[in-house]
Amino acid sequence: MTTLEKYTQVFTDTFGITDEEAKNLKFQDIKAWDSVGHMGLISAIEEAFDIMMETDDIIDLSSFEKGKEILAKYDVEIK
Amino acid sequence: MRKAKKYWQSMMWKLNNFKNNTALITENGQKITYEELDKHCRSLTDTIGKRCLVFNLCRNEIGSLVGYIGFLNAGIVPVMLKADLDSELLQECIDTYKPDYLNLPSEMAEEFTDCKEVYKNLGYSLLKTQYDSAFELNDELALLLTTSGSTGSPKLVRQSYKNIEANTKSIVEYLNLDETERAITTLPMNYTYGISIINTHLWVGACLILTEKGLMQKDFWQQLKEHNATSFGGVPYTYEMLERLRFFRMDLPSLRYVTQAGGKLSPDLHEKFAKWALEKNKKFIVMYGQTEATARMSYLPAEKSLEKYGSMGIAIPGGKFSLIDVNGLEITTPETVGELVYEGDNVTLGYAQCGEDLKKGDERCGKLVTGDMAKFDKDGFFYIVGRKKRFLKIFGNRVNLDESERLIKSNFDNIDCACCGKDDSMCIFLTDSSYNERVLNFMTLKTGLNRAAFRIQDIDEIPKNEAGKTLYKALEQYYA
Repeated sequence: MTTLEKYTQVFTDTFGITDEEAKNLKFQDIKAWDSVGHMGLISAIEEAFDIMMETDDIIDLSSFEKGKEILAKYDVEIK
Repeated sequence: MRKAKKYWQSMMWKLNNFKNNTALITENGQKITYEELDKHCRSLTDTIGKRCLVFNLCRNEIGSLVGYIGFLNAGIVPVMLKADLDSELLQECIDTYKPDYLNLPSEMAEEFTDCKEVYKNLGYSLLKTQYDSAFELNDELALLLTTSGSTGSPKLVRQSYKNIEANTKSIVEYLNLDETERAITTLPMNYTYGISIINTHLWVGACLILTEKGLMQKDFWQQLKEHNATSFGGVPYTYEMLERLRFFRMDLPSLRYVTQAGGKLSPDLHEKFAKWALEKNKKFIVMYGQTEATARMSYLPAEKSLEKYGSMGIAIPGGKFSLIDVNGLEITTPETVGELVYEGDNVTLGYAQCGEDLKKGDERCGKLVTGDMAKFDKDGFFYIVGRKKRFLKIFGNRVNLDESERLIKSNFDNIDCACCGKDDSMCIFLTDSSYNERVLNFMTLKTGLNRAAFRIQDIDEIPKNEAGKTLYKALEQYYA
């Protein structure tokens, strides 16, 4: 499984959406991605990539794309 | 003989006592003084011009707040509902209570084709419905709130002017609030805990920072810092989010205190936040309440927060707790579990389940049997240990488990189900796994709760006794 597949799966599992829907997703685009959903998403990302994110990164992770940039800071390349 | 002035004819909030104070700061940074707030309120309620029932569809925005404050000050009775309530449930409430007007965000106005817009200000519209004082309103009735805001029962709690005033004064006293306070909104305006923060701050001439942004958004923290918020409130889930956000490491110099209610915080988190408060010279105040008691019934004084962690404290000023055993007799021995009973002027009038109920008077006479099981320690501090009725608190919202089952069964034919679980996590047992995704989506839609609140568990058969009653005890192994 590539890191991109793994990363996408975190979104599809957390929010119950398809790969296609995950790709351009932003915070609050769907009901499932609210504050509660965000906490679940962060936990799932941290677990999937075995990292601990900083506060600023947690509140900055506002889209599928943005998450990739943020993960790069933790030496996780999504490809 | 002259007729005595009715309570609703005098104003609840004396906005003009604080003319030049800032009452509100909006999300775009606009500051509204008490004098301006008063003008907006009067201009809205003058359009209505009589005591009647109004639905206020709420967001943490100025238009909702002007509605709430204005209606109470003008003797108009608002039903507070969340603006994003499922449209079917909203329609059911409208059909049941037949309000004269709807106050809502203007962009929602066009959905109500049978209503006429009669006033527009601050991004909100006042719509006249086809109804005209369909039901008689009791003179004491001030405000109507939902008990759960979710499973679709249009059951409302009837709060009086005296209830709101009594509870507001108690909270102001024990939190020691004055006009230098600035609370930032973290709870919905249709939720009793959120309303109590609004009430107490406007009572003392303090400021509210209104935001629709949540803890998980950068903008929230920017607003908190830029406008020097002094406090906020949170339900247990809020505190779990704060811990995850590494809140304990944040530098928030303007923050004076944070409060917690809306369900029992885990003793572990209670202790952590009590320690944080002690180290950072802040206050952490755990409280307990119900919509049926206006908002608050107890608080744990900040200085006892660490020593008594896990406790919901003592009765608020003017209130009194007792515990009763199964025979209704008062328990006087510490560490003995009984049902919690509260007495005070904030105990609400009762429920409404239909329009005719709005003329009912006080059915509780100042005494509320809470349905919560509790004990007290040798120093008189109370601890919640369980509850009598089958409901869960999910993200601070009461969700009735029997109602949830009925909802599922009535919408899906040939399906057997059982709902139980723990706070913040409902476990839905289904006997046919082909329905799992549909039931999950349905419950998410109907309750408005995040799907993370529900866990679907497949089971061959729902365990039942000979009389056909579900044996919930036998299901505990799946989620305990």
